[in-house]
Order: sequence, then C-alpha cells, then structure tokens
Amino acid sequence: MRAVRVIQGRAVPMERSDVDTDQIIPSNWLKRVERTGFGRGLFSEWRDDANFVLNDARFAGATILIAGPRFGTGSSREHAVWALMDYGFDAIIAPSFGDIFRNNSSKQGLVIAELATTDVEELMEYVRNHPSDMVVVDVESGLVEVPTTGWQRNFVLDPMTRERLLNGWDDIDLTLRHAEDITVYEVSSRAPTLRGLFDRAGHVIAH
Amino acid sequence: MAGRTLYEKIWEEHLVAASPGEPAVIYIDLHLVHEVTSPQAFDGLRLNGRSVRRPDRTLATADHNVPTDSLSVPVSDPVSRRQLEALDENCQEFGITLFPRGHENQGIVHVIGPELGVTQPGMTIVCGDSHTSTHGALGALAFGIGTSEVEHVLATQTLPQQRAKTLAMNVEGRAPEGVSAKDIALAVVAKLGTGGGAGYVVEYRGEAIRDLSMEGRMTLCNMSIEAGARAGVVAVDDTTIDYLRGRPGVPSGDAFEDAARRWREFVSDEDATFDHVVTLRAEELAPFVTWGTNPAQVVALTGVVPGPDDYSDPDVASTTQRSLSYMGLTPGTPIKEIPVDVVFIGSCTNSRIEDLRAAAAVARGHHVANSVRALVVPGSHRVKTQAETEGLDQIFLDAGFEWREPGCSMCLGMNPDQLTSGQRSASTSNRNFEGRQGRGGRTHLVSPVVAAATAILGRFATPDEVDA
Ligand code: SF4
Repeated sequence: MRAVRVIQGRAVPMERSDVDTDQIIPSNWLKRVERTGFGRGLFSEWRDDANFVLNDARFAGATILIAGPRFGTGSSREHAVWALMDYGFDAIIAPSFGDIFRNNSSKQGLVIAELATTDVEELMEYVRNHPSDMVVVDVESGLVEVPTTGWQRNFVLDPMTRERLLNGWDDIDLTLRHAEDITVYEVSSRAPTLRGLFDRAGHVIAH
Repeated sequence: MAGRTLYEKIWEEHLVAASPGEPAVIYIDLHLVHEVTSPQAFDGLRLNGRSVRRPDRTLATADHNVPTDSLSVPVSDPVSRRQLEALDENCQEFGITLFPRGHENQGIVHVIGPELGVTQPGMTIVCGDSHTSTHGALGALAFGIGTSEVEHVLATQTLPQQRAKTLAMNVEGRAPEGVSAKDIALAVVAKLGTGGGAGYVVEYRGEAIRDLSMEGRMTLCNMSIEAGARAGVVAVDDTTIDYLRGRPGVPSGDAFEDAARRWREFVSDEDATFDHVVTLRAEELAPFVTWGTNPAQVVALTGVVPGPDDYSDPDVASTTQRSLSYMGLTPGTPIKEIPVDVVFIGSCTNSRIEDLRAAAAVARGHHVANSVRALVVPGSHRVKTQAETEGLDQIFLDAGFEWREPGCSMCLGMNPDQLTSGQRSASTSNRNFEGRQGRGGRTHLVSPVVAAATAILGRFATPDEVDA
C-alpha cells in the first residue's frame, strides 16, 4: 500500500445517504479478474443522469468526496474502493460508513474521514458555493480543513489505521511478525479441518 | 469471573496475538471462497511469492456468476466464464477443494457450509462476501471480508481484528401463524436501521428465536449485515445439534456426542452482559415487505406505501422521496394493490429446503398469474436434489414457475437472470438497493410464502388469499 500523509484537493458534495456499494460499483462490473480499470464503473448507473454531481463540470477533477450518512454499506466488494480510487478519489468524508467498506478502504489507502453530520453538511454547503477551493484531509493530525476560511474539524482514525496509512504498511507483513504465534496456536487448535473429508474431485469421502 | 457472551467466548478462543495499541490477530478456522472476490487475492499471493497457508481450512464454490439454466448450456458471457475459469485455475494451483458449476456439492457459499456440516459451533468463519453472517446461526463467529482480507487469510489463516461490541436482540414471545424467519429479519432491520448494528455482533435471543428451525435462524443471521452488523449469532441448543447430526463434515457415533458436548458451551452465560439490548415483541410481527431502496424501509403487507410526510426527520423524508420515485410508487397505495412482474425465490437468505417446501405448499394446485415470470432457484445442488426427491420441482413446474439450477442468480443479477428497467419484483433475497437485480429494476423483499402467493395473484399477497 502507498503511504498517505496529507490529501489536498478540491471536493465534490454528494447529497445522498445510504450510498451502498451496489451503487458505487454495480455488480456487472464485478466480473473482472483485475484490480484496475474500475473507475469507469464508478456510480455507473447514476452517471447517465446529466444532473448527477459527478457530471457537474465545476467539480471535475475533485479528489475528495463528501457524502451523507452510511456511505459504503452493503456488499463486501472491495471493488467499490478500487473504483473510487481509480476514478481519482483519495478521501471520503461522511458522517458514518459501512463497516466492511471502512476496512477495505484502510487496506488500500483510501482515507475515511468521519465528521459529525452538521459538520459534513456545513462543508458540503461551503463546497457547493466554492467549488474551486481546496480542502485538506490531514491524516497525521486528524484534521479536515478549508485553508481559505480556516474552517477545521477533527476526525478520529484508530491508531493502527493511522500508522498504516502514514507508513504504507502491508497488513500481511505486519501479521507475519506473529508467524510463530500462529504456528503455536495451530498446534493446540481443536477446530475441525477439511482434511480427509473430500477427495480430489470434491466428492465427500464415505467413512 | 464475570459471565461471557457467546461472541466473547469464541473471540477469546481464537486470539493468536494481542499487543497493546494494535488490533488483535485472530485465527480463522474456515475460509470460504467464491469466484467474484478472490481472483485479485490469488494474484496478490503470486505477486508476493506466497502460498495458501491452510488449504485444508479453505473451501471454494462457484455461485455468483453461474448461469442457472440447463447445465448443458455453456457459460455464454465471456467475462463470467473467465472469472469461473480463474477460480478453477487458482484452486488447482493452490490445492484448494472447489465445487465448480454442476458439482454435486456446488451451491451458494452460505448454503453449502451449513449443509455439508463444515460450519460448526464455536468456529471462526470468513468469506469475501457480506452475508457470511449466515453461518452465525450455528453458533459460529462468521463475517464478511474484502478482497485484501481474503488474501490476508489465504496467506496467514488469521485476520487483524478489533473486538466488536455486543448487542442482544431479544425477540420475546411467539410469532403469530404466517410470520416467518424472513419477517423477523425484516423487522429487525427496520428496528435497528441500516446502520444501527455497525460495530456490533448481534446475538438473537428470546422465545421466538428458540422456536425457529436452524434454517430459519440462518435466514435471520443472514440479514444482520443489512442492519450494518458484520455478524449475527444464535446460541447452540438442541435444534443446532439435531441439525448437525449426520452431516458429512461432522464426526459420527461417540465422537459426535463428544463434539456436541463441546458445542453446547457456545451459549452466552446467564450473567453475561451486552453492550446494548434491543427488544422486539414477536406477537406484534406480521408478514412484511420492503417498499423502498434500502432493507430498513419495511411495511406490513396489510399496510400502505408511506410518504415523505410520514417522517419528521428531513433526511428520512428526502430519502423516502428518492426511494419512492425510483420505485415508481405513490404514497398511500395499499401494498396489496401493487402488481409485480417477476417473482424470485432463491438467494442465501431463502433458498433452502424449508423455504422451497413452504413456497411449494402455497403454489400447489394454483397457477402463476399470466403477467408474472416466476423463478425458483435452489440454493445448492443438494437442496435441488432433495426438493426433486420430494416432488417440489413438479409442484412448481405445474404451477408455472421456472425450476432452475443453483446459484446466486437474480439476487444480484451477475448472471443472465436480471430485471429489466422498470420491472418490479417480489424477491426472497436480502437487498433492494437500486439496480441490485438489474439496472432500473425495482425490488421488494418478502418471505418465500409471500413470494409464492404474490406470483399466483400477480400482486402482493399473503398465502391465505390464495386459497380464498
Ligand atoms: S445469494 Fe445474493 S446475497 Fe447471497 S451470496 Fe449470492 S449474491 Fe450474495
């Protein structure tokens, strides 16, 4: 994963709540076996609508998405994160997020900044009226900021996610520091395995 | 020692490492894999020169993409075919047992785990699929993960995890006749809202839950994620043990009794405390249907379509407006006057044998309305075979339903089973999101018996209306 410290860019306000992962990337896009190229599928069912905010030229090139509560609920598809990043988003600001989506984002370096509903609304309102102003999401200090006005709000990242973002750490490498613990655990584990249950062709072996 | 909840027992038993300031590392007993969320994970392994740590704790099936028409027809969509082939190749390369299309053990990943008996109480189970919560019905801790985590589990058989909070969802009293597990699930999601379960593991408790069959509990746990909870669990009892007895993955004879004794520990202690407690009265439940575009937008079948004016919260009012316009509905319309075009009986929520029996009992001797296309898609080959042994396929076919091969099918429309724009469905699946069943499609979530009655009458209906 790449390291992320500060994101500075223009933002786009998306005034919808419950933006589920089926909307972020519809299922017909999930057939791909690659990790790239999902940006074209981002919100694809909404992008035909000329009034959809991503089609608004004033917000073209924005790298920060501001949305309503419960962004990213629903399916576990990490494709939603790949699509947002491939399209060009580096951070999402919303009052709350789907659990698995938040997790998936942290693995890819997409920054999730959770602010109070009223703060998100204030920021949306501002960005709507000042689409070319910069917004800053600072992972290190946990701040969302509009430098032109001095508007600042704190957001909380759990310490580990913050460290991983700042250092671009790979989760598997982190876990493998515990390789010995895993081996020790396995020796004493009583949980059943699939050993001896199926033959090579997947048929149940009769006992 | 203070009493522990079921979740806490499983959690503590699976701790591999816990350093202060870091998420815990927990061991994963069983990793279920399907074609959609795994190809990029296997690629990641190859890229980093890693192998699958425990192929004997990994099991794969093809489900999301498989066509559900005759097995003799090849997969026509080249992109779907490529994804299914990738799963074949990856399982071959990494030594993982796979049930491909047409295999006797193939089926929706959350249907086959329990039916093969590889889902067992006290286990930790993950899958790159949010409805992994289904397996919690057997007293296992089971949750959905993303593709990076799939790769992580393949490589290490563990996951870094934050400990969850616990929520006791008490469903007290007895559900009235005609109220199914699906109706309880919809009531729970409506009660908690789409985000109310976030951060919690939900334990379903109370008389109405103990009254449910194992398959009913699966339906209920399945939809935990629709309330934002990653996992739902039900404590082990006789129903759990009876369900498991004789399944391929469980031991037999004395070894089964030993296992059963151990499984019975997977209940919350009487003095265990939950972080949050929510109660529903089962007597107040009814057959439900969703009217909107998220699964918390629920109304009784006897009710009417709500309107924005029914809600004081401006955010809810505007969401309602948006949902109604997508769904093409007018506030105040009686639910039972809404005609449907398609009925889908299937998905990991409601495609098990009991679901099919219940739907067939309604359909028997009747015929699907002329204006309706109705599909029955069994959750697995084993379910399909069982249903055919019982003659359910013939009941459905005689009644004008299509009888299909197993898979996810119209639950998410990755295969050719899709709604066309503007079509309205009554579906036993779990998500009514915009476009979920096909672009522009309008989904209403219902129970299997309501789906069958609706197919026959061509509009939303309860089973008692069919015989009237
Ligand atoms: S049936 Fe539907 S919800 Fe269940 S695993 Fe398949 S696509 Fe997901």
